[in-house]
Amino acid sequence: MSGHQHGAPAAPTPDAGSSTARLLFTLAFFGSLAGAVLAYTYQKTLTPIRKFAGEKVEIAVKEVLGSPARLDTLFLVGDTLSRSVPAGVDKLEAVKVFIGINDKGERTGVAVEEAAPGFANEVRLMVGFDPATRALTGFKVLAQSETPGLGDKIQKDSSFVARFVGKLVTPLKGDKNQTTDPSTVQTITGATITSKAVIKVINKAVDTWKPRLDAYAKEGGQ
Amino acid sequence: MTTEALTTAEAAEPIVPGAPPPQPLWLDFWRGIADDNPVMIQMLGLCPAMAISNQLANGLGMGAATIFVLVCSSLLISLLRSVIPTEVRLATYILIIATFVTISDLVMQAYFPLLSKTLGPFVPLIVVNCIILGRAEAFAGKVKPMRAMADAFGMGIGFTLALCTISAFRELVGSGMLLGYSIFGPNYEPWVFMIMPPGGFLTMGLMFLVMGWWSERKKAKLAGVAA
Repeated sequence: MSGHQHGAPAAPTPDAGSSTARLLFTLAFFGSLAGAVLAYTYQKTLTPIRKFAGEKVEIAVKEVLGSPARLDTLFLVGDTLSRSVPAGVDKLEAVKVFIGINDKGERTGVAVEEAAPGFANEVRLMVGFDPATRALTGFKVLAQSETPGLGDKIQKDSSFVARFVGKLVTPLKGDKNQTTDPSTVQTITGATITSKAVIKVINKAVDTWKPRLDAYAKEGGQ
Repeated sequence: MTTEALTTAEAAEPIVPGAPPPQPLWLDFWRGIADDNPVMIQMLGLCPAMAISNQLANGLGMGAATIFVLVCSSLLISLLRSVIPTEVRLATYILIIATFVTISDLVMQAYFPLLSKTLGPFVPLIVVNCIILGRAEAFAGKVKPMRAMADAFGMGIGFTLALCTISAFRELVGSGMLLGYSIFGPNYEPWVFMIMPPGGFLTMGLMFLVMGWWSERKKAKLAGVAA
């Protein structure tokens, strides 16, 4: 037997046109077609995707600042804050700080986005605080993938979020037990690492953004 | 084999080695749901079935995305089966599949942002779901478009049904809810274990046990009828 197991009349002959050129052409053709289709889909879906991202940030800002009458936005350029973005930079991409202003025109707090590694993945928060007193006005989870049922309580358990309101970030500390200390919060049972990540993000947010805001205020900004 | 043995239809369509034998269209469709269910019988696509099956909504979303990719890529691959050279067929299949997966990922991000967020990386990972490449290689690349579509729909629905069964059970036991609506009321203490990864293994094991018991019983019944 010479290896003809299928009873075919001859060994499988190679495809008539499968020269290297044809293979290359097929892949190049399908590749460019796929590219064109994807470019079209990307452009069509870009607006709704961005709109949702913007809405999500706005909802978070309003929540952590207690629905202020007016919101001001400052952009981070280099290491200083500015009212406008330099030409060529996308407003949506730029790093921002949102300033809540009440109906009397006074600043009630600022909201910034900050992140730190949690138990499973990055924990990204919108942190609201008053730069003058270092008091927290609240926080909201923008992204997390912590353990369902334990770590994700930072997002789903409103009583955990409520524990942070009014705490002083001098810096903030965590404790397993209930506490009345103005700069200590009780961590979640079974999710100590995630709770500490939240505290770390808040401390980081205040430490990095307070100097920037103070510098901006010194130069005459609000 | 003699020429008389070939019907005119078969003569028009060159016989592809390893092509599935002809059978009614509805059987092509039904096979994926029951006898050849991708998750329960073929044990394919277990990775997404395990990873995202802690909420019924995830199962439905993942199933819909998979059906879309499976049907579109099967149709295209079947239509192009005489154009694609054998040597680069896998690369071309993956290219086609990846294009449809990216489309469904972008559309999901744009119009179902919350679902897209919970499914996370598992939507892009449909590219490497072996059900899809498996159907392309074993079926769609060798048959006419109608059969390829029937098979893809069947397999997709079979996958979705399996995902929904697992995720409905896990969500119900693990959080006392279905599609986010409370079923057992506020006094139910959720068995959180079930919505975590070990719960997925346990549920799948139980499901395979039930399936095995059921098919054994079916076999015994058939044997009883024959005897």
